[in-house]
Amino acid sequence: MAPKSRVPEKSSVSTSSAPKAKKAGSADAQQIVQDVWSKYVNKTPQRVKLLDSFMVFLIVVGVLQFVYCLIVGNFPFNAFLSGFSATVGQFVLTASLRIQTNPENKAEFESISHERAFADFVFGSLILHFFCINFIN
Amino acid sequence: MAAAESETDKFIKQVSGRNTRGLLRVIILCLIAGAAVASRLFSVIRFESIIHEFDPWFNFRATKYLVQNGFYSFWDWFDDRTWHPLGRVTGGTLYPGLMVTSGAIYHLLRFLTLPVDIRNICVLLAPGFSGLTALATYLLTSEMVTSPSAGLLAAAFMGITPGYISRSVAGSYDNEAIAIFLLVFTFFLWIKAVKNGSMFWGALTALFYGYMVSAWGGYVFITNLLPLHAFVLICMGRYSPRLYVSYTSWYALGTLASMQIPFVGFLPIRSSEHMSALGVFGLLQLVGGVEWIRTQIPSKQFQTLLRALVLFIFVVALGGLVLLTVSGVIAPWTGRFYSLWDTGYAKIHIPIIASVSEHQPTAWPAFFFDLSMMIWLFPAGVYMCFRKLTDEQVFIVIYAVLASYFAGVMVRLMLTLTPIVCVASAMAFSQILDTYLNAKTPKAEPAKENGDSKDAAKVAAAAVLPEGLRSTRQPLIGVYSYASKLTVMGASVVYLLLFVLHCTWVTSNAYSSPSVVLASRLPDGSQHIIDDYREAYYWLRQNTPDNAKIMSWWDYGYQIGGMADRPTLVDNNTWNNTHIATVGKAMSSREEVSYPIMRQHEVDYVLVVFGGLLGYSGDDINKFLWMVRIAEGIWPEEVKERNFFTPRGEYRVDEEATPTMKNSLMYKMSYYNYHSLFPAGQATDRVRNARLPAQGPELSTIEEAFTSENWIIRIYKVKEPDNFGRDHQSATSFDKGHKKKKAPKRKGPRVLRVE
Repeated sequence: MAPKSRVPEKSSVSTSSAPKAKKAGSADAQQIVQDVWSKYVNKTPQRVKLLDSFMVFLIVVGVLQFVYCLIVGNFPFNAFLSGFSATVGQFVLTASLRIQTNPENKAEFESISHERAFADFVFGSLILHFFCINFIN
Repeated sequence: MAAAESETDKFIKQVSGRNTRGLLRVIILCLIAGAAVASRLFSVIRFESIIHEFDPWFNFRATKYLVQNGFYSFWDWFDDRTWHPLGRVTGGTLYPGLMVTSGAIYHLLRFLTLPVDIRNICVLLAPGFSGLTALATYLLTSEMVTSPSAGLLAAAFMGITPGYISRSVAGSYDNEAIAIFLLVFTFFLWIKAVKNGSMFWGALTALFYGYMVSAWGGYVFITNLLPLHAFVLICMGRYSPRLYVSYTSWYALGTLASMQIPFVGFLPIRSSEHMSALGVFGLLQLVGGVEWIRTQIPSKQFQTLLRALVLFIFVVALGGLVLLTVSGVIAPWTGRFYSLWDTGYAKIHIPIIASVSEHQPTAWPAFFFDLSMMIWLFPAGVYMCFRKLTDEQVFIVIYAVLASYFAGVMVRLMLTLTPIVCVASAMAFSQILDTYLNAKTPKAEPAKENGDSKDAAKVAAAAVLPEGLRSTRQPLIGVYSYASKLTVMGASVVYLLLFVLHCTWVTSNAYSSPSVVLASRLPDGSQHIIDDYREAYYWLRQNTPDNAKIMSWWDYGYQIGGMADRPTLVDNNTWNNTHIATVGKAMSSREEVSYPIMRQHEVDYVLVVFGGLLGYSGDDINKFLWMVRIAEGIWPEEVKERNFFTPRGEYRVDEEATPTMKNSLMYKMSYYNYHSLFPAGQATDRVRNARLPAQGPELSTIEEAFTSENWIIRIYKVKEPDNFGRDHQSATSFDKGHKKKKAPKRKGPRVLRVE
């Protein structure tokens, strides 16, 4: 479930723009995607991009694990679960960090400075990986 | 001098006013915690430092095992002294939080060179944690409202309300002892997380949630309440990044934390009870993703499309979930869960759940009994949450609605209702206090808080009254008349005092009995202790071989394990219904049927509880019908409930009892030799007010081994097979014939007892 939300940057936009393409032609849709992409590349701070790439990596790892589980089987179920939840959990924590440090959300998170957000992120990740290692058998 | 004094006065007022108030608050909270602990000590003072009731005896035994053998062997504990001959994987089938907590306290005190007996730690654990619960309630309430008095009131309410005391008196060493503290504290952390949108608080929520999972099966309540809160917030259009951060960090960490407990294991991803949390997690990912994309895309059309997409995916996911449940990948709801929706469900399908008295629906008076005046303050508090519906107040409303329903369905769940009742009624009460106490004293702290209500009052007054009235011309609207202030405050104080009186009375009279030791009043008013249980268990401990198997109804399994330290067939961990039904069948059948069952299970002694002499109503004859029902569930051909009722549908034990009843092992064991206590034909059962037959029942396959002082516990020894290969019936009749039918009352048991 988690992987679905962030990839859409490309995929879901292109799918949802499909009906519109009928009216304005596929060139328009392409245009929009390009606009969004260039806006993203230009306007997003470098740090946030770093987080984004980490999240994409996590999604890829998560999907790989899931596919492996579907194809090969889930025999060491503990191991699969802890691996998969590690990616999901890390993804969620990274997304939270991204949300908290994003300047656009400044108003929502007045009480949380960027340093605090990062400290929280480290705290959450430590707990997450402790549980995963404990659970992996 | 005076000038200096006024100087210091000013100084105190200006600089340390807040500090003083903080200090006062700490002192008050400590006093509340002290009162909470003290009011739970009735049972220790009246009786002694003893573990109560049934389940606590198992927890106590497990704690002793943990302290003696260390954590790892506790974790892998296979107990061969219960559920003979099956055994029980105890380490994997219990919630270890309670035992580990008291074990940790024990080792900490040892480390501090305070050698305290583990039993005392166990006895006093629940009162100690109730003090912490009061603090947690204070924190939770303070998050809800800005009025500082509400938190203190809530803490005080929580500290002494009987609804919570009922499960946390000294000696009731049960999971709930620490679980309620964890419940309230987890909710506090959750509210904090939602308010701040902080990963840190979310992670803390997850940690305490994990602790809660390790402590009590009631964690499912949190598992469903937090997602419901998030879901309602989303539906109200209140999605915010804060919600995303707090919920996802709680769920991702909390689920992993809960899976660390062997008893829970894969349940969080396999059973329906946990699916709502997963679903809301997915929904939040969707909503979060869509929100983010929306900021990237300018067009309005996409936004509607996206919204449709979210709805579509949500519906598909829901369908998938249903499909998975139907196909069996995800376990459907458990019976206990169904019985929450359909109160008749358990009685039909799972008699073993229905047979437990705390799983019965709550009677109306119980609400007033347990919550007293808070039961009518509670709706007012909930209403006040509606006036200013912030995120955290939505939580109160949801919690209140859900918990009220559950408390109505099951007596036991009154416990989950109590915290929210305390919080809500404290909010209502503090509103009264703030309005009537502080209207004219602006130096008191809640004056600022009063702003809203005053403004509202002003507007209302302006609407109703003509402009020229003197009262409306005044800049401040409030209650000025001392008479009305005094009346309301006086009434409130009286109510509070009555509340304290009620709580103390209920605690001391209803909830402080250990039920292992009974108390009664002699005609001269002095207390008389009835200690039959311990007398009998101690007899077992002293007079039977170490591995003598005791058969009794499952209620007494934990006590026999804990106090007599003997293997049992069934106990209060009712994991194997068939095994319990076997015992039920042995109890409810004729001797000829029961004897082979008992031999097969290597039973050496049979223990029954009989209250007929003393008028003790919680005895086995009164529980007998449940044994019959549970046995009937497995062997409908051999045990029939109908046969235990007279043709007129009465459940009788006297002359008119049905033959099935009279021949059942339970009836025989209960009334064996009973008539010998009375003049001929005068034997009466004081519980059921029945005159018993003049001729008492005869036993051939078992013999009386022990009967306690007041006949509450009777223990029988299962006879070995006859030396001459006869069956026991003919052997007995032969013996009797030899004695020239001298007397039906044999003195055998008396002789045995003297030994």
